[in-house]
Amino acid sequence: MSDTTQNGSVLAADGTPLKRSLARALRRQKIRALLLIAPLLLFVMLTFIMPIGDMLFRSVENDIVSKTLPRTVVALRDWDANSGEAPGEEVFTALAADLQIAAEAKLHTRVGSRLNYETPGISSLFRKAGRKVKKWDVENDGPFKEQFLEIHKGWGDPDVWRTIQTYSPKFTNGYFLNAADLQKGADGPEWRPEDEQIYWLLFKRTMFMSMVITISCIVLAYPVAWILANLPARSANLLMILVLLPFWTSLLVRTSAWKVMLQQQGVINETLVWLGLVADDARLVMINNQFGTIVAMTHILLPFMILPMYSVMQTIQPTYLRAAKSLGATNWTAFWRVYFPQSIPGIGAGSILVFILSIGYYITPELVGGTKGVFISNRIAFHISSSLNWGLAAALGAILLAVVLVLYWAYDKIVGIDNVKLG
Amino acid sequence: MKLTKLSALVASTALCAPMAMAEDMANELTIVSWGGSYSASQKNAYHDPYTAETGVKIINDESSAEAVAKIRAMNEAGNVTWDVVDVVASDAMRLCDEGLADEIDHDEVLAAAPDGTPASEDFGNLIVSECFVPQIVYSTTFGYRTDLVGDTAPTSVCAIFDLDAYPGKRSLQKRPIDNMEWALYCDGVAKEDLYDVLSTKEGVARGLAKLDTIKDQVVWWTAGAETPQLLADGEVVMGSTFNGRLFSAIAEQDQPIGMLWDMQSFDLDGWIIPAGLSPERKARALHYLNYATDTQRLADQAKYISYGPARASSAPLVGKHAELGIDMAPHMPTDPANATNVHTYDYEWWADNRDDLDAKFQAWLAK
Amino acid sequence: MADASNHDAFVEFERVQKSYDGENLVVKDLNLSMPKGEFLTMLGPSGSGKTTCLMMLAGFETATHGDIRLGGTSINNIPPHKRGIGMVFQNYALFPHMTIAENLSFPLEVRKLGKSEREEKVMRALDMVEMGAFGGRRPAQLSGGQQQRIALARALVFEPELVLMDEPLGALDKQLREKMQFEITHLAHRLGITVVYVTHDQTEALTMSDRVAVFEDGRIQQLAPPDKLYEEPQNSFVAQFIGENNTLEGVVKEINDGVALVQLDNGDLIDAKPINVSQPGERTRVSIRPERVEFNKDRMPEGAHTLKAEVMEFIYMGDIFRTRLRVAGKDDFFVKTRNAPDQVRLTPGQEIEIGWLAEDCRALDA
Repeated sequence: MSDTTQNGSVLAADGTPLKRSLARALRRQKIRALLLIAPLLLFVMLTFIMPIGDMLFRSVENDIVSKTLPRTVVALRDWDANSGEAPGEEVFTALAADLQIAAEAKLHTRVGSRLNYETPGISSLFRKAGRKVKKWDVENDGPFKEQFLEIHKGWGDPDVWRTIQTYSPKFTNGYFLNAADLQKGADGPEWRPEDEQIYWLLFKRTMFMSMVITISCIVLAYPVAWILANLPARSANLLMILVLLPFWTSLLVRTSAWKVMLQQQGVINETLVWLGLVADDARLVMINNQFGTIVAMTHILLPFMILPMYSVMQTIQPTYLRAAKSLGATNWTAFWRVYFPQSIPGIGAGSILVFILSIGYYITPELVGGTKGVFISNRIAFHISSSLNWGLAAALGAILLAVVLVLYWAYDKIVGIDNVKLG
Repeated sequence: MKLTKLSALVASTALCAPMAMAEDMANELTIVSWGGSYSASQKNAYHDPYTAETGVKIINDESSAEAVAKIRAMNEAGNVTWDVVDVVASDAMRLCDEGLADEIDHDEVLAAAPDGTPASEDFGNLIVSECFVPQIVYSTTFGYRTDLVGDTAPTSVCAIFDLDAYPGKRSLQKRPIDNMEWALYCDGVAKEDLYDVLSTKEGVARGLAKLDTIKDQVVWWTAGAETPQLLADGEVVMGSTFNGRLFSAIAEQDQPIGMLWDMQSFDLDGWIIPAGLSPERKARALHYLNYATDTQRLADQAKYISYGPARASSAPLVGKHAELGIDMAPHMPTDPANATNVHTYDYEWWADNRDDLDAKFQAWLAK
Repeated sequence: MADASNHDAFVEFERVQKSYDGENLVVKDLNLSMPKGEFLTMLGPSGSGKTTCLMMLAGFETATHGDIRLGGTSINNIPPHKRGIGMVFQNYALFPHMTIAENLSFPLEVRKLGKSEREEKVMRALDMVEMGAFGGRRPAQLSGGQQQRIALARALVFEPELVLMDEPLGALDKQLREKMQFEITHLAHRLGITVVYVTHDQTEALTMSDRVAVFEDGRIQQLAPPDKLYEEPQNSFVAQFIGENNTLEGVVKEINDGVALVQLDNGDLIDAKPINVSQPGERTRVSIRPERVEFNKDRMPEGAHTLKAEVMEFIYMGDIFRTRLRVAGKDDFFVKTRNAPDQVRLTPGQEIEIGWLAEDCRALDA
């Protein structure tokens, strides 16, 4: 029993207010709980939150220009990009001073590469200029404009200077514009020339293909999960091993196996020709296109759909179906009105898994996608590993992340996220 | 990037505490290469004799395909675990530009030719970047199915664009490099004008238009092993790939494949030293480079794979295949009989225009 | 046993057998017939075949052999949804994704009733179980007892003539269970429906049913109204299974005038009514209910044989006293007495004499 003081607050046995002693007890518990999960929290921070933060930061970061060419950036501020002429001597003098320092530190080619993403050709301007500028006496060797133009006539191109000017701020939306097939024009963002537009198309295609893959997975996984959930445990376990078997095989092997199956001299075509269903000169094209990508990815992602479906279906008692039938429902009605709605959380969980996995896939599309089955992730991978344009890769990744979050939000609005169960 | 540096530092100290021991192991070198028969040829020609002579253990990492991105990631994390990396010349230029590879003084580091010619002269203009030590000359060229081309085997690269004479699919690498040049060449542009034309919008459009004529019939590849497989399966009539791949399909596997050397595109593969090594490690890496790129070693590699040694002085020393006993010289892309009409790849031009043209090429592909 | 060819029969099982594996019969030659309006309980331990019988009647299991008839027509080949039988399941099986009203409306929808008619019937059914205010809730928001009522209402809402209940009260606590037993029987009688009720709880069976069928080993051991079942068990399984019983084993010495003299294994003699014994020399198991044992000398029936007994334990249970005795060498013999003002309370160690009316003590199969 606790006592009550005059002002009405309840006291604990030792006379302290009950609320305070409760808060103290709870705080101790909380700290203990926090300490217990601290390693995990740290791990998640280091391996998940920070890389994502880093990626988002990279997609707008642009301090390399102003850091490497500080004098040039200042001198270039007054230059009118629309004048149609290269800037005057003072900018070139500043550039000579900047480049000499940068070349010593071997940084000039980095700026060149950075700006080359925006205007092709700049990379070699900086590379060539760096070699020469090293040998100049910046104090006395002026004027420099002529000397730069001698190294490469590109230094006289106003477009080069416009690029340097446009990308001199510390932060840029250039990567995002690029990721949306836009570019910085004279009056704000404008569409890129049509022969360079690709990302919109790839985003749309990725979404569409992922949806088709998700739907194919639902259609194929549902009966499998149903059988698994309704078999006696021993046979269900055996079947489950078959479902999981693909996980034990390398992704490349599985994808290559589909090539063997689907190519024009492949198993399926050979069989169809042998059966006389398809003429020898009209073999079906089933690989290196969207169809091949959908088939291979559906196969690879199927277990991710079956597993949540199975675990949800396992919890649906068979008495529900019996109850429905005893109430007068036919087999179909009992399934559709009673069983199916209860299995939706499994479909939801599986769909989210499969959809998110498939929009991030690139190995399989790369191998069997041909030209029409390529995903946005293939481009991200390209920019990460080949062009080294990590800023653009980060912007594309950030857009993809945003799209996923929007879809997740929409799913929550339409179906309700409570309606997702992994078992 | 402070964030990454910090996170990588914490992660590497937390997860890779044992890695610290690697520093102490002065007797180890991590050498990164492409894997497969290529790495095997390096092992036979360089690694094994080097280990035998010096006692240095060589760890082979087969990561060259992702080397550019990995080197950048390691560099940003401040924990470079590779000592010597095998990359193609264009990647070497990119790494050099990004400050991710160390510049090398070729004459100081590398051995002179037996006759005393300094290394820089012996390699000549194959040194396309200050950071790059050339190792082999390979070429991207065409193979065709001898049984599927009818009576007239193709002799010109333009057979690729001739669907009437050579119907069927052909495989091309999924990138603009080489393909654009071949397209323009077969559209009537003179070899010496290729890059001038390609520097214009109209030139790019013209190249893509030429490729458009065969777009339906092209299987695009990304891995060098794909074309030999496609040829073996009869999926394609002809296709481009690295000449060494075709050599093994023909000489080692006896596939009915013929070589089409016309307008073969020479490319280089070689070594770089990643930036950020400790002085001791760098010294060891350079010692290995000196050994592995001398005239005799480069010639030795050709016993195991049909790529031409990058030193002029190595060419006369090229002998027979180590297992098959075939004379290797006629299978080298640099053999005069094979090199009657070659396409010279402009590294500088592609370094400037690769990203831009790639975007256009991919946009064209996706349409 | 009931006559299987009863003309008034509404539900009939005729020579029904069921085997799952083709080797063992879980239901052996079942014959049962019940008239319209009867409340019949199938009682038995688990594995005795009672639930299988119910499922065959509902149509979820098919009979391996024999005929099941409903209203005179064979239903062997009629699928469950066409049988028109209401059913209440052990765990209620209320559809969790539907509201209470939707649950009740479901059988009416599949019967294609109009909207207004459905609403009216749903409301009436909910009122019937006093749950009128709960139509909009989901099953998970209701207590066990409330869910039970809804399950009942759902099984009744489409007005079936036969309702099957599979241990419907098993998940409820004791008090609620007793209340629901009462409500279910009243509702069944008021609506005039025929009910087949499965339970393993004998109290439930006795308090609710018109007749009880005791199942064991795939057979009906006895089919009788509760009082007859309790007072006149036909064999020792029923005697043991229904209520509490004292059992003594021995050999029949003689049978005279409907009274058998039984010599117990320790030599003592007692009187019993012969049920499954017909001649002297047979081994028997005599069974006597604890409340029929008398130890008060004044009330001891005249001329009856008595047995010596030692009081081992006295248990106070409120309304009654239970006394454990050692009788004929066994110390699990119980006597039950009412807690009345004049009642004697025995003390452990006390030596007494016990006896009973011959007709209360039944000589059954050994």
